[in-house]
Amino acid sequence: MELQDGLSPVVDSGDDILVPMDDVREHLVVVGNGMAGCRAVEELLARDSVRYRVTIFGAEPHVNYNRIMLSPVLAGEKTFEDIIINDRAWYDDNGITLITSDPVTAIDRAAKTVTSQSGRTIGYDKLLIATGSDPFIIPVPGKDLPGVISFRDMKDVDSMLAAAEAGKSVGGGEAVVIGGGLLGLEAAHGLTLRGMKVTVLHIMPTLMERQLDEAAAWLLKNALEGRGQTILTGADTAEIYGEGKVEGVRLKDGTQIPASLVVMAVGIRPSVALAREAGLDVGRGIKVDDHMVTSDADVLAVGECVEHDGNVYGLVAPLWDMCRSLADGLTDRHTGYKGSVTSTKLKVAGLDVFSAGDFSGGEGCEDIVLRDASRGVYKRVVVKDDKIVGAVLYGDTADGGWYFDLLKRGENVSDIRDLLIFGQAFAQGGGALDPKAAVAALSDDAEICGCNGVSKGQVVACIEKGACSLDAVRAGCKASASCGSCTGLVENILSVVLGDDVQSGPKTMCKCTSFGHDDVRREIVAQDMRSIPEVMQKLHWSTPDGCSSCRPALNYYLLCALPGVYVDDQQSRFVNERMHANIQKDGTYSVVPRMWGGLTNPRELRAIADVVEKYDAPMVKVTGGQRLDIFGIKKEDLPAVWADLNAAGMVSGHAYGKSLRTVKTCVGSEWCRFGTQDSTGLGVKTERMTWGSWMPHKFKIAVSGCPRNCAEATIKDFGVVCVDSGYELHVGGNGGIHVRVTDLLCKVSTEQEALDYCAAFTQLYREEARYLERTAPWIERVGVDYVKQRIVEDDAGREALRARFLYSQSFSQDDPWAERAAGANTELHQHLDPISIAAE
Amino acid sequence: MTDWIDIGTLADIPQRGARTVQIGDEKEIAVFRTGDDQIFALVNECPHKKGPLSQGIVHGHSVACPLHNWNIALKTGEAQGEDKGCTPTIAVKQEDGRILIARPELAKVAA
Repeated sequence: MELQDGLSPVVDSGDDILVPMDDVREHLVVVGNGMAGCRAVEELLARDSVRYRVTIFGAEPHVNYNRIMLSPVLAGEKTFEDIIINDRAWYDDNGITLITSDPVTAIDRAAKTVTSQSGRTIGYDKLLIATGSDPFIIPVPGKDLPGVISFRDMKDVDSMLAAAEAGKSVGGGEAVVIGGGLLGLEAAHGLTLRGMKVTVLHIMPTLMERQLDEAAAWLLKNALEGRGQTILTGADTAEIYGEGKVEGVRLKDGTQIPASLVVMAVGIRPSVALAREAGLDVGRGIKVDDHMVTSDADVLAVGECVEHDGNVYGLVAPLWDMCRSLADGLTDRHTGYKGSVTSTKLKVAGLDVFSAGDFSGGEGCEDIVLRDASRGVYKRVVVKDDKIVGAVLYGDTADGGWYFDLLKRGENVSDIRDLLIFGQAFAQGGGALDPKAAVAALSDDAEICGCNGVSKGQVVACIEKGACSLDAVRAGCKASASCGSCTGLVENILSVVLGDDVQSGPKTMCKCTSFGHDDVRREIVAQDMRSIPEVMQKLHWSTPDGCSSCRPALNYYLLCALPGVYVDDQQSRFVNERMHANIQKDGTYSVVPRMWGGLTNPRELRAIADVVEKYDAPMVKVTGGQRLDIFGIKKEDLPAVWADLNAAGMVSGHAYGKSLRTVKTCVGSEWCRFGTQDSTGLGVKTERMTWGSWMPHKFKIAVSGCPRNCAEATIKDFGVVCVDSGYELHVGGNGGIHVRVTDLLCKVSTEQEALDYCAAFTQLYREEARYLERTAPWIERVGVDYVKQRIVEDDAGREALRARFLYSQSFSQDDPWAERAAGANTELHQHLDPISIAAE
Repeated sequence: MTDWIDIGTLADIPQRGARTVQIGDEKEIAVFRTGDDQIFALVNECPHKKGPLSQGIVHGHSVACPLHNWNIALKTGEAQGEDKGCTPTIAVKQEDGRILIARPELAKVAA
């Protein structure tokens, strides 16, 4: 054997297997490249990515694909590429040797080797049998004729597509599907869509008798017949006839049905021949223990080919449970498989069907049934001893997960029995009829994805870790990654967790756009956009004029990018910023004049007192930011109030804005026996520099005169703590819901430096934080080291930021109150003429 | 008796904004002008906590209440999304640049 550099671990049929000679790891050989085998390897790699060297044998020529999704491929809804689970890169990246088109034909347990059809013999330390199941072929004459196929793999789909193609020249062609279970009906549906005339033969009296009761099966049969299929129940096949190829099927009652294609879909049997020949203990399936170990300690088995505790499973959810237990066992964890309770939520030929538990009825069982004929809905819940023991839903399966959750938890349903059948929204009250509320009401351990056994709690955790799209959730926790029937649920959980709130929707700005905040900001600058309509046009907004989330954000981004150029859009301002006052719950406003650094004087206090009396303000309150708040002012009185306050030298305090609010100070060295610097004076200077600036969110500053920190500077967006040797600068504090103490930015020695750093930091926040993001979460997001690097370490950068801030400020320090008092925007304050409704 | 009352011109109302009209001593009607210059009139109260809808952000044919950001459809007065509630609407029409409001409906909401 020749060793090569860049050895490719993927080996196609016929090549020699090249093994790096220095790889001394235990060798895990997997027989079967299907869903169970590959999932077992995935689970193993997730626990320990290096312990085993892995070789996978597959009988098919493909990489691992999602067998459940063959139906949509047949129906033309998906391509083969769409249903690949693991592409070549996955095998390469994980160092897995994949041998395709070469089934294993023998196991020598004594020598610990496997031999394949092509004659390869390779050794193993651990062997995993994941051969799945074989389609059951009923032993009738003609079963081996060309044109008789099963519905199990991609090759079968290709055969069906070829038959449909050939049938086109004769007006569609005719097909018979033997088997009226899920698989058969899916095959029939696909073939019907492909233009063939399809007859379904089912030996039992009703379709899908294992999943559906008689009533639901009847509805299903009617619906399928409505689509042009012929459904024959109680139909017992006598023979498949034809000369050299299929020509038709004859039933025992003599009926002959011509067909050029016969699909046998009567059931599957665990594929156990290989294991049996190897002398392993085999019942209906290969017998395994709770860690999927067979009667030979070095041979494991997983999936549809196994029998665990007397049970054989044909659904995908139990396979995933098995794979987890198997991987735990292989990595010395001891959890163990305990069997699975299964539910079936399916789309059969596009029709929603759900069943769970036991619905055969019997002693002590009560049925609760809802039928809505016009909608084609049937629901049946079976209750025994006040607990749900079974459920069948047809046409509307939205509550399937909820019933299954109640069933598995053995919940006592006597309290909600009367409303049970109407579903979760009704039974749990609140009139919460929309699906989001229903999802929000599910318990954390409610199962969302039956295929992959993913609970709501796991989906939520995945989203909270940053998965904010369906694809990301699929990649992160596998929910909705198999059959996809829970996609709607997952989408609802996404929207319940993330909402369309601009703060928490980390990816897109709001539902009007597919761009995130940072993308929009970057494009505004890059494309030199100058107005909100221009941004919406160029970035393909999906709404005519945005929403109450994106418009204020865009207005701010443009304002920040284009100081002195951009004309503020009043209608994209929240009410408080448009009215320059704070709206209160009764629709009146409160007014806070600025008091620089918390200082005031008799003239200002007299003016405030006069306003309170003149406009009959019911309350005046000292704010946390060291100023006075006058409550209960009507919108039409605001301009006059402002005129009076302006006359005493006061300007807007911007207590209402995403803007600089106040600079809180202590008295400092001028009066305080502990004061180290003139904190009041520095506070006033800081406020004079920063007032009037619009920000992503409100911004508070404080200056404390000594480390006793009476101005609480360490819970402000920017805080200065004076010390004997200078000024400590702190950033990113917050005293709100989530109290956050500031990070120390640096220490400077002069007042001017403190002001310069403040300006630079403020501008960095203005330019880079997302709208409605306070400094605290912004710093948590970008890291204080990044802020230090920009403000402390980069002298030229800091100076440029400071210069940009001061330039921007040169346009923003006009008192908005004075403009309004002088008559600007009167329409915002005045009513239209009052009207009388009395007859004229 | 006329069934339509003239309340002003389109230009009296800011685009994507609203003005208010007082009827009687208590009630206020909010008259909205959307981005596409359509006019809608609603009682100036959010169904949630009676916030003054006239002060909200107008987007599309909806307004976001200034108090708690409920979105109200201007045409029907219905709360959108998961919120439930409805604000009474009053028929309005535009004729020759004037905005006219329906007196009988006004009488109904004022009662």
